[in-house]
Amino acid sequence: MRFILRRLGFYLVAFWASITLNFLLPRFMPGDPVSRMFARSQDRMQPEQIEALRRLLGVDDRPLWEQYIGYLQNIFTGQMGVSISRFPAPVTEVISSQIGWTLLLGGTALVIAAVVGNLLGIVAAWRRGGAIDSALPPVLVFIGSFPYFWLAMGALYLFGVVLGWFPIRHAFTDGLEPAFTSEFIGDVGAHLVLPALTIVLVSIGGWMLGMRNTMIATNSEDYITMAEAKGLRPGRIMLRYAARNAMLPSVTSFGMGLGFVVGGALLTEVVFAYPGVGYQLLNAVQGLDYPLMQGLFLTITAAVLLANFLVDILYVRLDPRVRSN
Amino acid sequence: MATAILQQPGKTAGATPAAKPKPNRSFVHGLLTNKKALVGMAVMALFIVVALLAPVLFPGDPSRITAMASLEPDAGHWLGTTAKGQDVLALTVHGARSSLLVGLTVGFASTFIGILVGLASAYFGKVIDEALSLVTNVFLLLPGLPLLVILAAFLPPGLGTVILVLIVTGWAGSARVLRSQALSIRSKDFVAAAVVSGERAGRIMFREILPNMASIVMGTLLACVIYGIGAQAGLEFLGLGDVSTVSWGNNLFWAGNEGALLTGSWWVFVPSGVCIALVAFALALINYAVDEVTNPRLRKVKTPAPATTGRSAAK
Repeated sequence: MRFILRRLGFYLVAFWASITLNFLLPRFMPGDPVSRMFARSQDRMQPEQIEALRRLLGVDDRPLWEQYIGYLQNIFTGQMGVSISRFPAPVTEVISSQIGWTLLLGGTALVIAAVVGNLLGIVAAWRRGGAIDSALPPVLVFIGSFPYFWLAMGALYLFGVVLGWFPIRHAFTDGLEPAFTSEFIGDVGAHLVLPALTIVLVSIGGWMLGMRNTMIATNSEDYITMAEAKGLRPGRIMLRYAARNAMLPSVTSFGMGLGFVVGGALLTEVVFAYPGVGYQLLNAVQGLDYPLMQGLFLTITAAVLLANFLVDILYVRLDPRVRSN
Repeated sequence: MATAILQQPGKTAGATPAAKPKPNRSFVHGLLTNKKALVGMAVMALFIVVALLAPVLFPGDPSRITAMASLEPDAGHWLGTTAKGQDVLALTVHGARSSLLVGLTVGFASTFIGILVGLASAYFGKVIDEALSLVTNVFLLLPGLPLLVILAAFLPPGLGTVILVLIVTGWAGSARVLRSQALSIRSKDFVAAAVVSGERAGRIMFREILPNMASIVMGTLLACVIYGIGAQAGLEFLGLGDVSTVSWGNNLFWAGNEGALLTGSWWVFVPSGVCIALVAFALALINYAVDEVTNPRLRKVKTPAPATTGRSAAK
């Protein structure tokens, strides 16, 4: 319980830091964001909305600490202002309409990469020096050396443009009404293949090598020798004895991976014009939509922190050593 | 299956500890005789030479328009031309300058901050360690790419901003690794002896502890350079770098912007990507070699009589 509370305290500090960063950035940035945005919104904004924006981004004459308290109040009551590029939709509405796509894309890719990567790592460590162990790691490291977005562009070009196997942009075909029909779900699936596949391709190497290296250590433990002496089947020893005890670091990586789901799919979403929060973040940056930018950053940070906290709770369940101290 | 059991690493390694050769090789010598390190260093040397010679090889502004648009690779333009009519080879060669410069700067700066934070944490301990670790962990946890994008969006565009932003997001990882290594050295007797003999804190940190973690520092540095080059490319690809400079990331940004993919001009976006990959791969190879040289458990064990189980100890 003390462990959980300590971690909770840490995540609260981290969240406070990101809120404060969000608060300080526009205030110490050269130039006046509100005038820039105002020029762009072309008189569609009401005076009171401009006033609210000025307060949000700190272009008013109140002292800094007063602004800060007002800012915190706004954040915790969920008032993140109005989006400029999607005027007059509130920031929270824009974000909630898009986070689902990011979770779908990132979640699918993460689960596939983690499962396949860990299994490959288990086999590689078990048959050390075997075909999988000697051939795959260099290949995966080499693939991992390419800039991620570049691989995604290559896949887009090869499978989308040249071969035409998969759609090249967006999450579903234009004009299709989102509904729980087999047609729509199939369409979403087809749009999901390329982006998810590229993420799996670059991230699988990390899973595999991590699992392999931990399991090599567990393989030399005494209880493995004991299990062999008892005459257990190799498959059982591999999965239930060696791999099971090598899983812990992978659980941590999974937590970090969950964070990557929300924030890290940014480049994927940009290359494939996938309508998630990362794609929206870049659009917000290009459209000088500062309130949306800040709202997205806070949402992404909150998601990362929450994911890590959930993994910590899981960790307490899995590892008795954490409970005892 | 008996073979599966025989192939377990710990056993073979543990059974033949005496067979392990113990040559008194220095770190540098180990690196120079390691095949991975040699390949990696050769590739890096090639890129550095090309980057330095870029103004000689392709004099003048590489982004000027010299030919017809979207030419396929031929004798006149080895890598073809962009949709604007710029020579892709000249762009790629000149791009090496900015990419390597930013990568190396970011790498060295992040590692330097990591060393300072790690050593201070380990040496002073207590409150200082708690505070520095807290800051490090917060930076590690904040999602890197979105933070990068936000920072780049708010700060004025330019090469300095790119470098600054990459250092801000990149130092924490190295600080954590270096701290844990420094902690284990801090608890050694010779450090305690230095403390008792009244040496100054700075001297103990940099003359006693630091030299003993040279290999970890080296590995961290290489990882930071890889991060710097890759993250710069990503940032520039998103159009958040300094669009006026010629670098691999910007080449890819323009390739995407000018629709090189949709028109099928693969030669515009392949070279810069391959260059980034080659540099990253070369650095990764050196990194593995450093690991192998300094960590005997990963080294190839040459058993005097290679029995049937000999290959199990490979790698």
